[in-house]
Amino acid sequence: MLKLRDKIGTQWDAERFVARITANPSRPLPIREHEALLLKAGSATYPSGFRAYLAFSADIPSFGCHPPDGQVLVQLPPALSYLADGDVVAVDPRRADIAVLYRKRSLFNSILVTERCNNNCVMCSQPPRKSEDQFRVKELLEVIPLIDVNTKSLVITGGEPTLLVDDLLKIVLACRNFLSSTALLVLSNGRFFSYLSYCRALAEIKHPDLMIAVPLYSDLANQHNFIVQADGAFDQTVRGIMNLARCGHKVEIRTVIHKLNVERLAAFTQFIVRNLPFVHHVALMGLEIVGHARANLEALWIDPGEYRDALGQAVSELRLHRIPVSIYNHPLCMLDREFWPYARQSISDWKNVFLDACAGCAVRDRCCGFFSSSMVLHSTHVSPMASSELPPRASCFGD
Amino acid sequence: MPNGLPALHKTFTPRNSFQADSAEGYSLLPFQFIPLDGRRYVLTNLAGEILVVPHEVLHQLVSKRLPMDSRYYFSLKSQHFLADADSSICLELLAAKYRTKQMPLSEFTSLHIFVPTLRCNNRCVYCQASRQGPTKPGYDMKWEDAEKAINFMFRSPARSLKVEFQGGEPLLAFPLIKQVVGKVEEINKTQTRNVEFVICSNLSLVSDEVLDFCGNHNIYFSTSLDGPRALHNANRPSSDFDSYERAIRGIARVQDILGSDKVSALATTTRTSLAYPDEIVDEYIRQRLNAIFLRPLNPYGLAARGNKELEYEVEEWLAFYVQALNYILELNYQGVPFREQYAALILRKMLTPYGTGFVDLRSPAGVGIAVILFNHDGGIYASDESRMLAEMGDERFRLGSLSVDSYEDVMLSDSLISLLRETMAEGVPCCLDCGIQPFCGSDPVRHYRTQGDPIGNKPTSEFCARNMGIIKHLIQLLEDDARASKVLRSWI
Repeated sequence: MLKLRDKIGTQWDAERFVARITANPSRPLPIREHEALLLKAGSATYPSGFRAYLAFSADIPSFGCHPPDGQVLVQLPPALSYLADGDVVAVDPRRADIAVLYRKRSLFNSILVTERCNNNCVMCSQPPRKSEDQFRVKELLEVIPLIDVNTKSLVITGGEPTLLVDDLLKIVLACRNFLSSTALLVLSNGRFFSYLSYCRALAEIKHPDLMIAVPLYSDLANQHNFIVQADGAFDQTVRGIMNLARCGHKVEIRTVIHKLNVERLAAFTQFIVRNLPFVHHVALMGLEIVGHARANLEALWIDPGEYRDALGQAVSELRLHRIPVSIYNHPLCMLDREFWPYARQSISDWKNVFLDACAGCAVRDRCCGFFSSSMVLHSTHVSPMASSELPPRASCFGD
Repeated sequence: MPNGLPALHKTFTPRNSFQADSAEGYSLLPFQFIPLDGRRYVLTNLAGEILVVPHEVLHQLVSKRLPMDSRYYFSLKSQHFLADADSSICLELLAAKYRTKQMPLSEFTSLHIFVPTLRCNNRCVYCQASRQGPTKPGYDMKWEDAEKAINFMFRSPARSLKVEFQGGEPLLAFPLIKQVVGKVEEINKTQTRNVEFVICSNLSLVSDEVLDFCGNHNIYFSTSLDGPRALHNANRPSSDFDSYERAIRGIARVQDILGSDKVSALATTTRTSLAYPDEIVDEYIRQRLNAIFLRPLNPYGLAARGNKELEYEVEEWLAFYVQALNYILELNYQGVPFREQYAALILRKMLTPYGTGFVDLRSPAGVGIAVILFNHDGGIYASDESRMLAEMGDERFRLGSLSVDSYEDVMLSDSLISLLRETMAEGVPCCLDCGIQPFCGSDPVRHYRTQGDPIGNKPTSEFCARNMGIIKHLIQLLEDDARASKVLRSWI
């Protein structure tokens, strides 16, 4: 598991700031004010003009120089040794901490825009909290222009991003203006999109590659409302999905499968086919055991081995109706071979682990593996695949 | 939702707080029903939702006694047969589903049938088109009319236009076909519609020149293959050649030179055919076809004469159809993918949220608004059957003439509008509360021909009896036979 936030060995009295990491001391002058120079062992000079100077504690004794006047050398903890050119960090001098907001090499970059939410899902992996959104939005609008323009995809997440209302539109606009070739995925419970005017406002931004991923947990209002712990949420979410589609937005439906909704998976699939056939993608997801899911583990946990057939049938049904479908967070050994082409490596790299049992598995490099939280509890059906059991690779994955 | 599950952490609100109060009950949303067999009803609604329930469940449902925590209650709620205080989104969803089903209406007329000639070199015993001899003058479409027909077609707002050449045998007028194709493609350079061409031919005249042209212009063939040699030749004789031999050679040449997807075939059923359901299907397999359209006789032309040699009761045809379908399913179980196209059309209506453009399976019927026909003599007709009737001397469904009538004259004519009004199954006696109505349609021309009016009398209508039989049979297979269901579902 990768640490995205840590303490720095330096504390001083200054405002929190964001900067892009570079290890190149001869960067063009005008760009230096947006960048933090990562000094390597044996550095002899401090080139002028960078927003900040960083170094790993272990390297500092080898330096033959001192920071220029008015500058502080930020001491980085060893856990952040993965930091590389192009990554974006936020440094908070007063609290002496650093947060890694963007990693250029990662395929799983997400922007958390608020921790507030109007749902309180019983399995939420990141339970809602009151948060200081004004400050966060202001900072994100600085971060977005620092992100590499070749980034393939970026996720906007929360909390519930639409609670920012106009500020979310500003963030999407910034993504359009500075990251026009980056696919943008907004994770939203969709309730606020039940206001058609808000969908229209989002559409007017004309982001070239935007999709809204909306969680829906049941075909029945009462069951969905129970799972998200909010009366009336189902109607708003479904209306939101329809409004988004009406305004030409691409919509993904995400559902997390657990003991409270697994029985109606087939009916839920039919509901999508009949009522929401226009969706661009359906993601059928496994449970992540953190946050509320941990607190409600006994009520929620079902071994994926027990719903293997139901999951397969759901995929087949959506496929039959030509609705693109993916399976997230289910290791390949939990799925029948014919569904491997639908399984994605969906778990963010920083919290992605494999079990001891996975050692030597022939398809480990194509498998999503586990959440680091799965150490608490995982399926009893995990079993490594021997290469002798496998047909040729292309026929397994459809590539 | 199963009961007795471990509870959530105490900070969460329990499940029952989110459920509608059972004392308040539920309300019914509009639906129709029909008995499926001795113990079950089929429930459907306008949006095409379908649910099969035991008798007692329907009785409980309508008398408001259905337990609100029962499995059927959840299904009925999910599929919008009923609503309770939990949610009010059902009406918006039903409206969206109904719009989705009726989407073909907004597309408007797509299929444009041209009859370049009524001349034919076959002498089918059941000829419904009143064919003329292969050299008889006066039955070919004039170029001026064809050109007007093309312009007429481009007035349709449809994004997809299908030009279908019927006959007679259209390849007897191949130069005209070439001219039409050329003109359509020229106009389409600026119109950019999705244009598709189909020639409905007995394939006896498939020459290198024809294949070359059709290959260059992405033209499809639809042909007739009535079964094995003896049956095909009995049904579709020719005085000049072995009709079966020409048909199968034509099919093979199209498959080999243009591609196997470029030719499809349908089998018309005569009384003789009824004894050979398996053999007819086998013949299709032998000719490397992967689908058959099993078509009953239509009561026009020679097939309208009360000819006991040709005709049969609808029950006899249904028995034939069911046997053929069973045999087709059997082939699929053995790993030979093969489908029956009429069943596939119905299944698509039944199992998907979408409607069909198929003329007879729509409400309102597709006459004029899904299909329009330009006859060899310049007449404009509401469908293929309409001109068949006209060749028998009854011009009831003639909408106008290419030489004098404008697009507006035809499409806004009283004769078309009133015809459409009479084909809205949602408001037609017997159809309006029929449980299978969402999967059926209407055939005004046939009902007019056989019963004297476009609406018809459904209890004695063989159109009704045939669709009822097929649709109920399909529902039973989907419900009761998992193996058959898997195959049938793959046809959508």
